[in-house]
Amino acid sequence: MIGFKQRDIISILHFNKEELLYLLDVTKRMEQADYSNVLKGKVLAALFFEPSTRTRLSFETAMKRLGGMVVGFADSGTTSIAKGETLSDSVKTIEGYCDVIVLRHYREGAAQLVADIVDVPVINAGDGSNQHPTQTFLDLYTIQKTKGTLEGLKIGFLGDLKYGRTVHSLAYALAYFGTEMYFISPPNLRMPKDYMEELQSRHVVCHEAESLQGIGNFLDVIYCTRIQEERFADPIEFEKVRGIYRLSKSMLDGLGVKDDLKIMHPLPRVDEMDENLDGTNYAIYFEQARNGVPVRKAILATVLGAIE
Amino acid sequence: MKQLDVSAIKDGSVIDHIDSKSTLKVAEILNIKDEEDVVLVGMNLSSKYLGKKGIIKIGGKILDQKEVNKIALIAPNATVNIIKDYEVVKKFEVVVPEMIEGIVKCFNPNCVSNYGNVKTKQHLVSKNPLKLRCHYCERVMGANDIVLI
Repeated sequence: MIGFKQRDIISILHFNKEELLYLLDVTKRMEQADYSNVLKGKVLAALFFEPSTRTRLSFETAMKRLGGMVVGFADSGTTSIAKGETLSDSVKTIEGYCDVIVLRHYREGAAQLVADIVDVPVINAGDGSNQHPTQTFLDLYTIQKTKGTLEGLKIGFLGDLKYGRTVHSLAYALAYFGTEMYFISPPNLRMPKDYMEELQSRHVVCHEAESLQGIGNFLDVIYCTRIQEERFADPIEFEKVRGIYRLSKSMLDGLGVKDDLKIMHPLPRVDEMDENLDGTNYAIYFEQARNGVPVRKAILATVLGAIE
Repeated sequence: MKQLDVSAIKDGSVIDHIDSKSTLKVAEILNIKDEEDVVLVGMNLSSKYLGKKGIIKIGGKILDQKEVNKIALIAPNATVNIIKDYEVVKKFEVVVPEMIEGIVKCFNPNCVSNYGNVKTKQHLVSKNPLKLRCHYCERVMGANDIVLI
């Protein structure tokens, strides 16, 4: 029996295929039935040390739709952290106020550190460029819902693959489903070597390229990402790759993509996807963002033991 | 009678079968410069298994587990002999533990373990080639990435 009660959600590496499918199944149940009071009296602490729109608001919405309450901050500058309090001391205090912690932090490994310190479950809402597991759950749910299956797809990851934590998490998860992966990026933003080695050790068929030319025509999904200016220490390096990819309807037509190709993006976008894509059948990124609520409802309800 | 390349010690620890090129690195991590008793370091000694090996003999010191773990990361083929009154009383091969704590610095500069008073932790992924996964940031480091604390 799969149990998520009191479990920390830190990294996709901590989940097997059966557990991922279980969570997708609970998500489907969340969309089909009313669970509006199952978390009545429970409190979520949303600790966001980095900016967020979708992740923070969808967690808050999910908690409130299940009858729970939310405390927390979206800017650590207004907390005792600004006075020099350590992350460890902060979370030791905050765990006394809540039943579950959702944490986004700019350092890789911060969520694991917090999970090791506190007794309440910790959900990683993004740790630096490492992992973003709840985004991955909603990405998987979106692919399953729109393609009808997760098995045996050809998926292209486009953009910032070096710092893109959503790509790192999703690639690890899709490794369970026989996905053939195409990593398309400029040379200085390629998938880190250790991620590639992990995928290869799991017998994933991986390809690397610098453009969609010759690839775009057989992909089932393109997972597009923003090139993240905030991750570059050197602005000159960022300028070299700014705007290097720009998906548009005419560009996709030129590539001869499949009619049922789907374009995903964790959002926000800057200039990597033209707005003329929004109304096409390819675009599923707003639906993807909406799926954040049922997925996070499923995570919160299972972690807090409200449903099995 | 066998001629010893490096003199015997009465009491202490002998680290043998070090890959010769790693000998001074092992000497460095054991901080032998602070020892007050006899310390003997040999390099490029002939070895049936390694071709050339290194050996370190530290008088009056019994290595503890943490020190042995450190040696394992630098010289995975080494053996440690504990000597009492010129006799070997204990002999063991170094083994890289499944979890390494407080020994190796994470090579990822943005890892949370490189800030504040966080004790580093790595999980052993493979012994040969040596690969360690950071408990916190999950990045996998190889032998060349290892920096000891």
